[in-house]
Amino acid sequence: MITSFRRVLRSGFVGFWRSAYVSLASIFVITIALFVIGSTMMIDQLLVVSLQQLQAKVDINVYFVTTAGQDDIDALKTSLEALPDVAQVTYTSREQALAEYRAKYQSDTVAMQALDELEENPLGATIAIQAKAVSQYENIASFLDEQKAQEEPQNPIISRINYADKRDSISKLQAIIDAVERASFITQIVLIIAAILITFNTIRLAIYTAREEISIMRLVGASNMFIRGPFMLQGVMYGVIAGVLALLILYPILVWMGPKTEIFFGLNIFDYFVSDFSNIFITLVGIGVALGLVSSVLAVARYLRV
Amino acid sequence: MIYFDNVSKLYNGGRSAAIEEITFQIEPKEFVSIVGHSGAGKSTILKMIIAEDKPTSGQIFFESLDVNRIPRSRLPQYRRKIGTVFQDFKLLPHKTAYENIAFAMEANGRSDEEIAENVPQVLALVDLTDKAWNFPEELSGGEKQRVAIARAIVNQPDIIIADEPTGNLDPIATYEVVQILRKINELGTTVVMTTHNKGVIDELGRRVITMDEGRIIKDDSSGKYVL
Repeated sequence: MITSFRRVLRSGFVGFWRSAYVSLASIFVITIALFVIGSTMMIDQLLVVSLQQLQAKVDINVYFVTTAGQDDIDALKTSLEALPDVAQVTYTSREQALAEYRAKYQSDTVAMQALDELEENPLGATIAIQAKAVSQYENIASFLDEQKAQEEPQNPIISRINYADKRDSISKLQAIIDAVERASFITQIVLIIAAILITFNTIRLAIYTAREEISIMRLVGASNMFIRGPFMLQGVMYGVIAGVLALLILYPILVWMGPKTEIFFGLNIFDYFVSDFSNIFITLVGIGVALGLVSSVLAVARYLRV
Repeated sequence: MIYFDNVSKLYNGGRSAAIEEITFQIEPKEFVSIVGHSGAGKSTILKMIIAEDKPTSGQIFFESLDVNRIPRSRLPQYRRKIGTVFQDFKLLPHKTAYENIAFAMEANGRSDEEIAENVPQVLALVDLTDKAWNFPEELSGGEKQRVAIARAIVNQPDIIIADEPTGNLDPIATYEVVQILRKINELGTTVVMTTHNKGVIDELGRRVITMDEGRIIKDDSSGKYVL
């Protein structure tokens, strides 16, 4: 058992070197397939990050009346934070709102003079709410509408909710995000299927050139596993080498792309590649090994029948 | 040791036959030549002995074993009892002469010590000790066939099946190959050979089965080539 395992290993390695052209051609093609999968992973990451950033720019604001009590505001804030759809609630007090206003319009003398004329701070407190997903703003908005409806008329708290103004742009954003995610999903599936088919075909051709050998091995009484073993090992070797090569090709491209993606998407793709390297390595080499192994088993099976 | 009982192989739904109603037996230590024109059914008989081809009807026995009832998983073990030699040599192109012979032993599960001992012995028997590390493409036709014979005998099979072993060889190589087969037979191994080389048959002076259009037309214990 151990002896035949050792023989299968040796035979696999020797076969790999002696049919170097076939091995090289197979590795080359599988490398390209894995490179495509790796690039897809990187592009997908950029999409995820830029969609997240886009989502972070959307929020609903609740403007309180200037006379709203601090207790009421705090109560609303707490109940908002308890909602499962809500990612973040940011409270801006009246004083902060005024300071921000002054900072923003400090060069506008007319506005500053107008503000100085007033004895009291004209700005109310605000709460900015970010949902976990763009589709959840509708729920949050209807919750806020309910809150406003329940207020006692003589003691109003909420002055305005700006969801209605933003509804169109939010739903447009939602449509864009959905479309981008669907397109990238379909693209990935197509590319991965193409990679699988290319790898399978390449290994099938490599083993086709060995069909005569397989029939000879059967004639001298070699068992199926003894024949299959070296080809399986070669498939695994193709996968490992192709996976490493694909990463080596990806590396300089990502070094070059890194700063550009940082400007455009806000994510340095090279930093992501480095920080998530072990995952990317395992994924690419793992796909390579699995493809190589399964393709070899299937391809040899054809010539083991009779 | 080999028995063919009323064996037929039909093609095209029974309209044409490779062999028809073949019955004969081969005794241990015989040297049997099967002769006939191309398409007479010689190779079909050999393929059936190694279970590469199945008959449409009739039975084939190897000793007490019904060859067509061997499950596929047991075929490798069965084939190890039989040494095979072919017209086109069927050597593994990416293995040296030594490795080709060693492969047959490895497939048989022999130990490294046995391989290291027996491979040089059979290489010496076929007079190829100095070509042990050459690849098949570096060998002449006669040398390739001698490697193939060495591979066939290295596991000490009960029987050697040789399908046109001299078909691709020049007269001198033919003579050498036949001498080796004869030597193997004298050492106690049954040999079954197909050929259409008249000189080989006449010189051997052993049993000859003559076939024509799928039937045995003559079976002589010390035959000549008559067609």
